[in-house]
Amino acid sequence: EFRRFSLERSKPGKFEEFYGLLQHVHKIPNVDVLVGYTDIHGDLLPINNDDNYHKAVSTANPLLRIFIQRKEDADYSAFGTDTMTRKKNVLSNVLRPDNHKKKPHIVISMPQDFRPVSSIIDVDILPETHRRVRLYKYGTDKPLGFYIRDGSSVRVTPHGLEKVPGIFISRLVPGGLAQSTGLLAVNDEVLEVNGIEVSGKSLDQVTDMMIANSRNLIITVRPANQRNNVVRNSRTSGSSGQSTESSLPSSTPNILANFLQGEEESDEEDIIIEDSGEPQQIPKAAPTSESLESLTQVELLHESTQNGFLPSSEMNLNHSAGSISMEYEVKDPGHKSLEEDGTIITL
Amino acid sequence: MRRFLRPGHDPVRERLKRDLFQFNKTVEHGFPHQPSALGYSPFLHLMAIGTRSGAIKLYGAPGVEFMGLHEENNTVMQIHFIPDQCQLVTLLDDNSLHLWSLKQQSGASELREEHRFTLKGPPGSPPSATQITAVLPHSSREVLYLGTESGNIFVVELPSFRVLEDRTISSEAVLQRVPEDYCNRRSCELVEALQEHPKNPDQILIGYSRGLIVLWDLQNNKVTHHFLGSQQLENLYWQRDGSKFISCHYDGSYTQWPVSSDNRQPEPLENLVPYGPFPCKAISKIYWQTTKNGLPYIIFQGGMPRASYGDRHSISVVHGSQQTAFDFTSRVIDFFIIFSSEPAAEFDDPSAMVVLAEEELVVIDLKTAGWPAVHPPYLASLHCSAITCSHHVSNIPLKLWERIISAGSKQNIHYSNMPWPIDGGTNIAPDPPQRDLLLTGHEDGTVRFWDASGVCLHLLYKLSTVRVFLTDADPNDNMNTLGEDEWPPLRKVGTFDPYSDDPRLGIQKIYLCKYSGYLTVAGTAGQVLVMELNDEDAEHVVDHAEADLLQDQEGYRWKGHEKLKTRDGPVRFEAGFQPFVLVQCQPPAVVTSLALHSEWKLVAFGTSHGFGLFDHQQKRLVFVKCTLHPSDQLALEGPLSRVKSLKKSLRQSFRRIRRSRVSSRKRRGGSGNASEVQEANARFDQDALQEMELAPVQRKIEARSAEDSFTGFVRTLYFADTFLRDSSRHCPSLWAGTNGGTVYAFCLRIPPAERRMDEPVRAEQAKEIQLMHRAPVVGILVLDGRGIPLPEPLEVAHDLSKSPDMQGSHQLLVVSEEQFKVFTLPKVSSKLKLKLTALEGCRVRKVTVANFGSCKTDDYSENDLAVLTNLGDIQIISLPFLKLQIRYPCIRKEDVSGIASCVFTKYGQGFYLISPSEFERFSLSTKWLVEPRCVVDMPEVTSNNHGHKSSMENAARKS
Repeated sequence: EFRRFSLERSKPGKFEEFYGLLQHVHKIPNVDVLVGYTDIHGDLLPINNDDNYHKAVSTANPLLRIFIQRKEDADYSAFGTDTMTRKKNVLSNVLRPDNHKKKPHIVISMPQDFRPVSSIIDVDILPETHRRVRLYKYGTDKPLGFYIRDGSSVRVTPHGLEKVPGIFISRLVPGGLAQSTGLLAVNDEVLEVNGIEVSGKSLDQVTDMMIANSRNLIITVRPANQRNNVVRNSRTSGSSGQSTESSLPSSTPNILANFLQGEEESDEEDIIIEDSGEPQQIPKAAPTSESLESLTQVELLHESTQNGFLPSSEMNLNHSAGSISMEYEVKDPGHKSLEEDGTIITL
Repeated sequence: MRRFLRPGHDPVRERLKRDLFQFNKTVEHGFPHQPSALGYSPFLHLMAIGTRSGAIKLYGAPGVEFMGLHEENNTVMQIHFIPDQCQLVTLLDDNSLHLWSLKQQSGASELREEHRFTLKGPPGSPPSATQITAVLPHSSREVLYLGTESGNIFVVELPSFRVLEDRTISSEAVLQRVPEDYCNRRSCELVEALQEHPKNPDQILIGYSRGLIVLWDLQNNKVTHHFLGSQQLENLYWQRDGSKFISCHYDGSYTQWPVSSDNRQPEPLENLVPYGPFPCKAISKIYWQTTKNGLPYIIFQGGMPRASYGDRHSISVVHGSQQTAFDFTSRVIDFFIIFSSEPAAEFDDPSAMVVLAEEELVVIDLKTAGWPAVHPPYLASLHCSAITCSHHVSNIPLKLWERIISAGSKQNIHYSNMPWPIDGGTNIAPDPPQRDLLLTGHEDGTVRFWDASGVCLHLLYKLSTVRVFLTDADPNDNMNTLGEDEWPPLRKVGTFDPYSDDPRLGIQKIYLCKYSGYLTVAGTAGQVLVMELNDEDAEHVVDHAEADLLQDQEGYRWKGHEKLKTRDGPVRFEAGFQPFVLVQCQPPAVVTSLALHSEWKLVAFGTSHGFGLFDHQQKRLVFVKCTLHPSDQLALEGPLSRVKSLKKSLRQSFRRIRRSRVSSRKRRGGSGNASEVQEANARFDQDALQEMELAPVQRKIEARSAEDSFTGFVRTLYFADTFLRDSSRHCPSLWAGTNGGTVYAFCLRIPPAERRMDEPVRAEQAKEIQLMHRAPVVGILVLDGRGIPLPEPLEVAHDLSKSPDMQGSHQLLVVSEEQFKVFTLPKVSSKLKLKLTALEGCRVRKVTVANFGSCKTDDYSENDLAVLTNLGDIQIISLPFLKLQIRYPCIRKEDVSGIASCVFTKYGQGFYLISPSEFERFSLSTKWLVEPRCVVDMPEVTSNNHGHKSSMENAARKS
């Protein structure tokens, strides 16, 4: 089933609007679909947020080919590099159907269906000896699960090698988030916590900083084991000699600070429970300006319901893009029962 | 958030900040911690106290005080004022001498160290040769005589501290004319006492520890008299006319000796053991004071019968047939007698005795019959029972001030009316701008009201909550009532009493409404008392109410302490604050937060289990709210379970130590020769080292969760009249913040005044905010439409504050340990925030709104947040935009009790404990600064002063 319609290239709008438009033109208002497009290399790539939607519109030359699949029977493996070229061999697959059937595709869900638990970030701006690890505490039940201690490390200074006090990872709790990522190890030296250098700070201060940032913890470490470092093509052997510890503080914090500005705010949604006796008019959720971020919020809530959070009957996801931080308000006439149970609401 | 860390770019604001903020530690209130020496200048009427940390503090008339600190931080052993000078010499325990001077600088006097000096003996001599034991500043003001352990007396010139070697009085020279048999029996040993002849400055009395006393003639460098004491000497004192002196001894005796020109080796006139015949303790210091009526005062320290009263810290005053042994609450450091210093006067006529005990200063009026104590205007023992909390109220209305003073004066009737006898110097500080009260809660269930307006922290009134409860202590157990013929005639003096009858009586929270005179205090066993100021004694029944904070939480047993038993029936209360309602929290856990709204007549209280609201007008509990997480076993069971585990861990660590000792001994025992022992030792050390490395100090990094302990602990309570439900109608509300980062808001319906007694107060939960970062909520505040904090209850009614702006939209400020966050009201949405912990690694310990006025213009002032962090830093944060203004290091971060005790005032000052007995006062404001400013003038030296004369003589002799 094909549709053809026009979009204004300069003002593509939001993905949500586009998604709504697609559902509208296909008259499938309540069907979840996966949207994909073919880029200039002929790869089938997904469209599921503002960024890749804009990218898709900008690369349209002049036509943008969009593929829509029903979510339930989507072929996730279809996406990726060389997917379109492989598609050309579909016929050959068809010719040998038995072979194809014996190897059913392992269903790998879309990136949006995953929740990241950790990532290595800022590889391009950090010295190769360092690693910046982001641990996403929210959404998982796993404890962060690590300990830090005082220690001393050797620094290169103008006066030669000098022993300076440092903070080190002393223990990883088995099964904890830190251990499961494999990105942190015992005796890794902690250099920064969410962009703030730890040098000159006491163990207790660093502990407090880490706990305060525990929902979105970004630790820059110097791994004790330097053999697994990311090797970059751009800066090869020559630069590694230069990347001493002293070069780090001067170069990175500003960049990181910019980077954190946007990131940091999303981890701070306090819950407000209104509890007035009278029934209230609940405004209909109008996700006009919703981004991927707010979708994950929904999931976040959903996730917590499984952990003892009673689902609230109505909720108003109110995301004002301009404000410094976001709140969502849960207007919950059913709250009385919560209180009687003595359940403390957790998220 | 980083932008807050950068210095502001606005030059106007930067200038304004300089006019508003400034950090100063201004004065130390209270009693010096670990005093070690006392000195007094009868000439300047100044008293000096030295401490074990090397501080020296001078006190005169109220408001006149100076402080100095020896760089070495060594114990001050002795303090001697130079006669007729604004100078004093201190001796430290490292045998160094320091000369301090009071010098005038821009209109006010300052205490400064001028010189320091350490006596050096000839090369090769033992250190004891120059170890100073006695110091005599000679009345000529030119030399110091320094008695040493070796028995030699060195002479040093002032102020240069040059040793005058030709004038050294060696023990050999002294022993020359001592009879052979006496000389053989004992050597001179150390110099115990040096006293100048009161009439003849050329003679000094030298007492050696083994009992030999000689009168030395400075002119001819020879001994004129020998006094062959048989007992170990402690001290000496001249009679005023110089015809006799008195010596006191180690065996508890004192001896009078005559001094006359005809007998060069007199026998003692009288030898007495005042508390004999059984062995007595030493008399370490003695005074002989003559009076007009002929009967002398003999005042001595110690001498109690060793077996039965050896543990008493006593000073006995004997005057004719009157004799009292003042029994002090702690060790006596030293004492002095204030007597007529007029040289022409024929008699001493002592007026007061000033005793420095280890924990307090006691002054006894010797002129009034019965020798009552004098109420000191300063040096109050803040810690007479340990301080458990403090509360500061600024700008007390005159009416309330007078009523508190009058209640206090009724408590002080047993004190002497004598004016304060130490009255040197002149206080030139401007009068304090307002009347401030500092309330301290104590472990023994008392609340003390201090006048904190000026430099002298002065006790106004003491309130005891003990009467409400039944305690083990018998209230009639009066230590002072002794039988007539009791011997020794002991009399307890002083207020220091660190032993609490019952720790549950301890005061934890205090709130005073300065407009209505309502006071509420809450204690360790969940007791909340509401009190009213009554100018008369009264007997009435205290109403009781129970607040069951656990409500429906079943199946838990409180394992902590029980609630206090209350007294049935009417209780007699003295004038002052009298309790009329007792609200008892159940379980009786320590009350952790308290708020009083005197206009609405409501009291809110919180513990680790929840919080409640009490209507003290109708004496009815309005509601309770349990804040406990069901899994928080620790909070439910109370502190006892924790004690148990502590005990267990202590036991384990002791076992570990013992085991390691045993094993090391075994190893040593098993090894045959020295090298093996060494090897074993090395191995042991290595093992120990390894063990240390295996278990380093480590910190767990874990996000806070709802299941953490003590999340329900109520940290803060706040009343506000604001827009809680909708933006058109404001209503009274109660806010509570917990340790787990939850804020509860309750909408209150208070009946109008005319039906206040008829209709109940109603409360309904309106909001619950869970901070995502879950840090403890330490402060809640509502800002009005202009961004100004809401005024205190009754403040507007008394015309002391503009009424809040109820037109614009209100804002809610929630301060957690980790961040500051402003929300809109009534729809709670986050407006702005300032992160502290995430960026700096420090946490909020105390926070208050303070008003800062500009020192340049009278018409500018602003409200800011004064914040103390766990690192001991003070930060000032602007309202309502939450910008960091300035940061000052204030308390050492290791000083946990100092940080915990800190209290801010409403006008940018603060107090914190630097020791159990001393508050440091600091100021953040350029405008409100309370610091000592005083002048000490050299009094005119009278022409017939013997000291003066002798110096003239000396000058004449030199020329």
